[in-house]
Amino acid sequence: MTHTPLKSRLLGTQNRTLWFWVFVGPFALGLVLFTYVPLAWSVYLSFFDAHNTVSPDDFVGFDNYTSMLRNDAFTDSLVTFAVFSAFIVPTTFVLSLALALMVNRLRRAQAFFRSVFFLPAACSYVVAAMIWKLSIFNGVRFGLANTVLGWFGVDQTAWLSTTDPPWYWLVIVTVRLWLQAGFYMILFLAGLQRISPTLYEAAAVDGARPGWQVLRHITLPQLRATSVAVTLLLVINAFQAFDEFYNLLSTSSGYPPHARPPLVYLYYTALGREQNLGLGSAGAVLLALIIAVVTIGQARWFGLGRKED
Amino acid sequence: MTAPLRQSHRSTDDALVRAGRALRVVLLVALALLFLIPFYLLVRNGLASEDDITSPDWTFFPSTLHWSNISELFDDPTVPMARALLNSSLIAVATTIGTLLLASLAGYGLARIPYRYADHVFYAILGTMMVPAAVTFVPSFVLVSSLGWVSTLRGLIVPTLFSAFACFVFRQYFLGFPRELEDAARVDGLGYWRTYWRVVVPNSRPVFAAVGTIVFIGAWNSFLWPLVIGQDRDAWTVQVALATFTTSQVIRLHVLFVAAAVSIVPLLVVFLFFQRWIVAGVERSGIDD
Repeated sequence: MTHTPLKSRLLGTQNRTLWFWVFVGPFALGLVLFTYVPLAWSVYLSFFDAHNTVSPDDFVGFDNYTSMLRNDAFTDSLVTFAVFSAFIVPTTFVLSLALALMVNRLRRAQAFFRSVFFLPAACSYVVAAMIWKLSIFNGVRFGLANTVLGWFGVDQTAWLSTTDPPWYWLVIVTVRLWLQAGFYMILFLAGLQRISPTLYEAAAVDGARPGWQVLRHITLPQLRATSVAVTLLLVINAFQAFDEFYNLLSTSSGYPPHARPPLVYLYYTALGREQNLGLGSAGAVLLALIIAVVTIGQARWFGLGRKED
Repeated sequence: MTAPLRQSHRSTDDALVRAGRALRVVLLVALALLFLIPFYLLVRNGLASEDDITSPDWTFFPSTLHWSNISELFDDPTVPMARALLNSSLIAVATTIGTLLLASLAGYGLARIPYRYADHVFYAILGTMMVPAAVTFVPSFVLVSSLGWVSTLRGLIVPTLFSAFACFVFRQYFLGFPRELEDAARVDGLGYWRTYWRVVVPNSRPVFAAVGTIVFIGAWNSFLWPLVIGQDRDAWTVQVALATFTTSQVIRLHVLFVAAAVSIVPLLVVFLFFQRWIVAGVERSGIDD
């Protein structure tokens, strides 16, 4: 190879390093400033008694952590998360997979149905929560759910304020289901399109009946990687649930003590009246640790990264 | 598309297959209607009178359509809707442009400029995806407030510009970008910078459109961060304004619903226009691999 002087100057090792940082540097710097520094600061704050201040000097060691773990409100918030994900993860998984399977087999109007199911993804949790709270599941006088149930002679229900039985879970779960199922449907559709048609032909030759047998022995195993990714995303997103809880359950008089997921609890602890940033940071660190353990555990359990057979 | 299964010649199987297909279509139509109901309610209530919304005798169509709800919304001095829409637009546009610029440059650098520690840098960036963004909101608030950026557009925009997800998508895309085009530019004497701007970017419009749409929708709809940072009324985004109205006693229901309806119009336009790119972007990003 002959190098012109110009080319060797542009491709020289030193210049490449320089150009790498010209391209990557601004982004990396921003990430350090707005993700790594806050994380480190949060860990630092969590060891201090920091009410209303970001530069505290009252070192308390692990006190924030122990009081957080002994705090019923915090542990209840973890229970709320567990209940929430026990509802939302399987329902979203099944609905989005079912939608993908049905839409994928359509010969006509595929784009139309895909759009309809994906359209709610353009809606915010705030708007969706408003429709759910003030129109569909409105309390006693009006509201679609009570109207429709009324046709069948069912008594009116105050969906969001009834805690026994906890009807508010139905409201909370259906909002997220509506908003998110279309997005996960797209992920499953992408997975379905990568399955080789020859596998289906081979199955037909072997006498597998279209439907359940093919689904169980061909489609689902081939969707393994997608299914793992979808489950991981669903659990991580459930941990971060905030918008719909905040918008559905808070009223002008405040937020009810039941059904506070971790993020809602932390929001009120750290940024509520007390501005207890030390305690809030300890909670955030604990939450981050729990998420890391759950995520890594789940990835191990499912064998994430293992090649498909 | 998967190939249709070879069908058996036996007529019972044919009938079963046909019945299954019909059942599937009926189910799909029913689900599609169910998914559209909330949009219908939003528009119905946004154009109804308050009496129509709160009537115990619920009707499918409001008795009359009140287009005046829209002007009532913008004329109401207690509802800073115009300001909120302006804030959301500025934030969404700035976040989209900024994210596309920063993440695409970083993605290109990571994919195409040989550097000894490129992999380490990439993993450090990818690692931040494992830290759920919402968990860092307390320290991020602390940082932004110590910079004096609370209730400023800066505070609402700048910390959200560094999306590891966008960077990851661009890197994956540029890894698959045909090298021949860049080599030709190189031979013509273009450096990395000019190759990027004159050759790579103009040939990558679909991925920019896909990532841009996803970022725009995310920025327009984001709630927690604007709620934490936009404390003054003047810094409210549409989402924060709507959430505040929902729990306040001041605003009336029909105004609230028309405000919500107005708030999704910009997104529906973006969404319907760029939808196929979102789909392609998700499919190409490899996030489900």
